Amino acid sequence: MAEAQNSPTLGSARAGGPPPAGSTTAGSIAVAAESTVATRMSAPPSFDVADFPVPHGREEEWRFTPLARLRGLHDGTAVASGEGVKVEIEAPEGVTVETVGREDERLGKAGTPVDRVAAQAYSSFEKASVVTVAKEAVLTEPIRITVHGEGGVAFGHQVIELGAFAEAVVVLDHSGDAVLAANVDYVLGDGAKLTVVSVQDWDEKAVHVAQHNALVGRDASFKSVIVTFGGDVVRIHPRVAYAAPGGEAELFGLYFTDAGQHQEHRLLVDHNTPHCKSNVAYKGALQGQDAHAVWIGDVLIQAAAEGTDTYELNRNLVLTDGARVDSVPNLEIETGEIAGAGHASATGRFDDEQLFYLMSRGIPQAEARRLVVRGFFAELVQQIGLPDVEERLIAKIEAELEASV
Amino acid sequence: MATLEIRNLHVSVEAENGPREILKGVDLTIKQGETHAVMGPNGSGKSTLAYSLAGHPKYTVTGGTVTLDGEDVLEMSVDERARAGVFLAMQYPVEVPGVSVSNFLRTSATAIRGEAPKLRTWVKEVKSAMEQLQMDPAFAERNVNEGFSGGEKKRHEILQLELLKPKIAILDETDSGLDVDALRQVSEGVNRVRETGEVGTLLITHYTRILRYIKPDFVHVFSGGRIVESGGAELADKLENEGYEAYSTKGGASA
Repeated sequence: MAEAQNSPTLGSARAGGPPPAGSTTAGSIAVAAESTVATRMSAPPSFDVADFPVPHGREEEWRFTPLARLRGLHDGTAVASGEGVKVEIEAPEGVTVETVGREDERLGKAGTPVDRVAAQAYSSFEKASVVTVAKEAVLTEPIRITVHGEGGVAFGHQVIELGAFAEAVVVLDHSGDAVLAANVDYVLGDGAKLTVVSVQDWDEKAVHVAQHNALVGRDASFKSVIVTFGGDVVRIHPRVAYAAPGGEAELFGLYFTDAGQHQEHRLLVDHNTPHCKSNVAYKGALQGQDAHAVWIGDVLIQAAAEGTDTYELNRNLVLTDGARVDSVPNLEIETGEIAGAGHASATGRFDDEQLFYLMSRGIPQAEARRLVVRGFFAELVQQIGLPDVEERLIAKIEAELEASV
Repeated sequence: MATLEIRNLHVSVEAENGPREILKGVDLTIKQGETHAVMGPNGSGKSTLAYSLAGHPKYTVTGGTVTLDGEDVLEMSVDERARAGVFLAMQYPVEVPGVSVSNFLRTSATAIRGEAPKLRTWVKEVKSAMEQLQMDPAFAERNVNEGFSGGEKKRHEILQLELLKPKIAILDETDSGLDVDALRQVSEGVNRVRETGEVGTLLITHYTRILRYIKPDFVHVFSGGRIVESGGAELADKLENEGYEAYSTKGGASA
């Protein structure tokens, strides 16, 4: 198990052994006068795609992504087609669902596109969905947004807005085949509680690049669960900022990367406000030739954000030869007046010796593999707090394992 | 009565310049209730014998037979051997990330016994076995061998021996790296299993130290990939006094 673990109080990094071949784990903590999270991007955030140069692949934000497989989302050659994706929204009482045009002023309030594909999505969508939960409405049923790929190219925009003290769960389900670039905005009023589960269960050829922006209100709680199983290239970029003190964000992720798949999760938590919390935990399993998972965890504690409490973790389990993980936790701190900050990243592998050990105790091969993977994900799955989602995830993990044995 | 019969066993490993023969005709019969100590210098092939019996894929059997009550062990997969009753306590047990000791033990016991043990009796069984080995109950919630000290790893191996109740137990240098207290506790664990009279024990060791706690019925000297001398417990005393020098030339000459 390769381990890179840092906390600013200790200021140390430790290595627990050599990482498996084909993995990198780099961690850094910088105490900086000015953030480099923003300055290392190739252009400042913008809603206009023309403000971003076409990436070549050497840029910091694109260096892990196979641009040639983005089917033109990054260079303007991907053009929306009629049969792109079908979006269906199922919402319980107390929720307003609208389809709006580009001019609607509720769009783009939670954040600004930070890379060329997100800006392309914002510059290209025609209709957006706006889902509003009235203030103080406490939903007992989830809002279900189904995005089904019909084989074409699509640009999307969705807004989920919760009024003050509203509580909701949103399940965002992606399936089918598509080339999709999208932005999703989550706006949480004061004291609101929102859980979003975004499942990427695409067919094998699909390409999906999305930026998720959350703006967390005073004393509000945001929980994001990103689950990625399928697709050729999936790149999801959840970002959190706080509108006022007292906000909390939990960002969980789970991915199962198969042969040839590229799954990239990039996160940014921008502690721009005092007394907010964030907790990030992503876990992934990889199997098969050229399975590639990338995890970038940027946490920024700005000078004003006194009393911040943050932790981020990424764990990867490599099940076969030929898979590759790149894991980069990055914590930047501009104030020492914080409650806590730390990060950890580790990539381990399930190898022939482990298999031999388990089998030498009578456990058949397929079960040994299941045991290891189930155990690896269990703790994270339990934190989701939605029994039907948890069951579905466990079933899906089992199915992935069945396919591999 | 269960009997493990090893006849003229030849085993090779893949080396840089082609296969290299390590076991060169091992003959040994272990019956339930008996304890055999196999002693020999480093590099004599003792551990290869242990891993070959358990079916480690690194070792290729090029000749001979191994049977358990007449069943061909060499035809069995690693897990089948374990379910047939062969247990190997390893010198270097591996870490298994993400799998807790309690989950591992229960999965293993279920596989070996052919049905899941009843939860209530199982919890008691594990608890009392852990107490006897002086293991902290919190141990059960840790990941298998992850961050275990040398002593904890060996206790964990013997805990499995006690719970899985094999017909043939192979203990590969279980004494290595243990201080006197740990050696005594681990040996007591082995003796509890031996006292049932239902296990045949193959105790592989470099040193005579563990034989003060676990009294063997037979001692075999291993050198150059085969057994070069067999005797009773008194042979261990001879080795204690004279060392392996006499045998290393003998083994070399016969190779």
